[in-house]
Amino acid sequence: MSFPWANQYAPTNPFMRWLDERLPLPRLAYNSVGGGYPVPRNLNYFWNFGVLAGLALVIQIVTGIVLAMHYNANADTAFQSVEHIMRDVNQGWFLRYLHANGASFFFIVTYLHIFRGLYYGSYKAPREMVWMLGLVIFLLMMATAFMGYVLPWGQMSFWAAKVITGLFGAIPLIGEPIQTWLLGGYAPDQATLTRFFSLHYLLPFVIAGVIILHIWALHIPGSGNPTGVDVKGPQDTVPFHPYYTAKDGFGAGVAMIGLAILVFFMPNYLGHADNYIPANPLSTPAHIVPDWYFWPFYAILRAFTVDFILEAKLWGVLAMFSSILLLFFLPWLDKSPVRSGNYRPKFRIFFWILVADIFVLGYMGGLPAEEPYVMISQIATMYYFAHFLIILPLLSMVEKTRPLPNSISESVLHGEAAEAAPIGVPAGPAATATA
Amino acid sequence: MVRILGFLVGLGFVGVAAWSLLWGVIAVSSDGLPHTVEHEFHQHPRDISFSFDGPLGRFDRQQLQRGFQVYRDVCASCHSLSLVSFRNLHDLGYSEAEVRAIAAQWPIPTPSINPQTGEVATRPSIPADRIPSPHANEVARSLANNPPDLSLITKARHGGPAYIASLLTGYTDAATYRNHDGEALPAENRPGTGLYFNPYFANLNLAMPPPLTADGQVTYADGTAATREQMATDVSAFLHWAAEPNLERRHAAGLWVLGFLLFATVLAYMAYQNVWRSAKRQVRAIGPLDPENMARREEAKSDAGVAG
Repeated sequence: MSFPWANQYAPTNPFMRWLDERLPLPRLAYNSVGGGYPVPRNLNYFWNFGVLAGLALVIQIVTGIVLAMHYNANADTAFQSVEHIMRDVNQGWFLRYLHANGASFFFIVTYLHIFRGLYYGSYKAPREMVWMLGLVIFLLMMATAFMGYVLPWGQMSFWAAKVITGLFGAIPLIGEPIQTWLLGGYAPDQATLTRFFSLHYLLPFVIAGVIILHIWALHIPGSGNPTGVDVKGPQDTVPFHPYYTAKDGFGAGVAMIGLAILVFFMPNYLGHADNYIPANPLSTPAHIVPDWYFWPFYAILRAFTVDFILEAKLWGVLAMFSSILLLFFLPWLDKSPVRSGNYRPKFRIFFWILVADIFVLGYMGGLPAEEPYVMISQIATMYYFAHFLIILPLLSMVEKTRPLPNSISESVLHGEAAEAAPIGVPAGPAATATA
Repeated sequence: MVRILGFLVGLGFVGVAAWSLLWGVIAVSSDGLPHTVEHEFHQHPRDISFSFDGPLGRFDRQQLQRGFQVYRDVCASCHSLSLVSFRNLHDLGYSEAEVRAIAAQWPIPTPSINPQTGEVATRPSIPADRIPSPHANEVARSLANNPPDLSLITKARHGGPAYIASLLTGYTDAATYRNHDGEALPAENRPGTGLYFNPYFANLNLAMPPPLTADGQVTYADGTAATREQMATDVSAFLHWAAEPNLERRHAAGLWVLGFLLFATVLAYMAYQNVWRSAKRQVRAIGPLDPENMARREEAKSDAGVAG
């Protein structure tokens, strides 16, 4: 579906016309990410991150497929084969560093994409399916990243596999059999490595499939926008191509510069030194930590230290999984009819507290489980759950929102006066004041 | 319904976390924050600068050769360097003949099989061989104090080459050592038999005896005075080369890539501005110029039979 004023695909090239009549693939692309998809004209740079996440997936798949040609999923030789890639494969160091830092890049852009959704209310009707499919992608990403981290078979790989599968062991009665089933044994070993490699190769393509659903669901209502006001007519939109392809091209350039700085000048900055030590089941590292993108959740996991009816470990596991699963219910928890945080003065304050809170959780998750870090994690965990499950539902009942603009074109609050002004009339002072 | 359930679940997690917090506060208020000897006596690596630091950093070939000499004459008797082949030593600036000679004269021969008898044998190394390990096998290695392989050591330790250099020169007498606060090491944390005190080591006591014991322990081929400090820095630089042999290629490629990306991004920005400049002009006209009004006017005119 699309808006009635969307451009129609009209190929002029005879070959494209011939193809379109038999297999309308170019038409599909045109209507999805081409000139046939009308997009609100007022998107800001926070709307770049969806495309950037897609780009990150492509980078991961391309580098990953080539790495898999040289990697050896064998517990005795996996570590050696990674070093073989680093030393003897042509540009292998580049492939591996790009893949390892590409994972971080993928999470950075995805987190920004999610925070964009949280702030601008992208999860609200009619885009609940877009939001939930996005969360499915996020969960799949986490699983893929975790299994990929195990593949080099370094110390952190091994112990991360042990700790993360051990989370399932906290489930009463069936926990231990589940852990054994996941690992293919009582401890991470050959069976674990081969199945993780297999799944690590499979899941990115599952992600690509869910991304197609994510974009499909998005195209039913069309993209949201910073005002949260629905598109009213053709004056509110521009075609995706060339307007947003051009903007995304610039955004991709900036993002690639950031990624290149990581890959070429600080490739191990986000990694853990212990993963350059081959896996050793007999030597436990002093501090087992996952990669940075799991730290907030790791902090929540470790915040539950005292048994209360259930075991403390089980509380931690439940809380960690709930911290993500509760996001699936967000469209029904936050009932405020106003989407954009720009028009919700109180929501905005709590939103920024949440951002700070997640940064605190992330920082604590990377530190050893000692006091005072655990106490700080506990306070931050309390806020995390309170924010989504208590504050947001109450807030949407009591908050007095600001008046919304009549339409996207008239959203003078965003310096769009120039766009709404008639031809030849210079923009009023409102535009320059808020631009 | 979702909100009521959510509210209860939220209260549950907040409550249990608060319960955990309460116990944590009680524990800390009665026992204080954890205070370990490692917290108080462990030192971060010294601030040592290397030629390969920073985005333009390159290896100092002379330093790598000196460091290689230190590895060969001191470290190699216990520590393997299993990921480095003799052929890789070309990177250090050695000629092909020199590499062949280094391989052939290496004190430990390469394990082999006698092709006539099939018996286990040894042969002199050739450039294609990895640097042979001083230990016959893993068991022998772990029984000989468990010395780690050094191929990746600078990447496998926090602090990298600076940590290695600090550690090598950091051995000191535990009895007279004073930390930043002027405190002496508690007697129960002094090194036991076969252990040596070193504040740069995370556990403070390690099994490796001080390897660099005296100035001039290695005679440098380039005539540099082999102080302990010099040897420690040189071998750390060498080990960083061993861990990251493609560092120079990476830095050089990175500069080209960044240059290209900056250029491409500027072009992309200009394209973006160019595309959107026309969009700003495509604003919807209001009043008589509004296309809808124009269409209505045309319709009215044609209905009334008025031309023009």
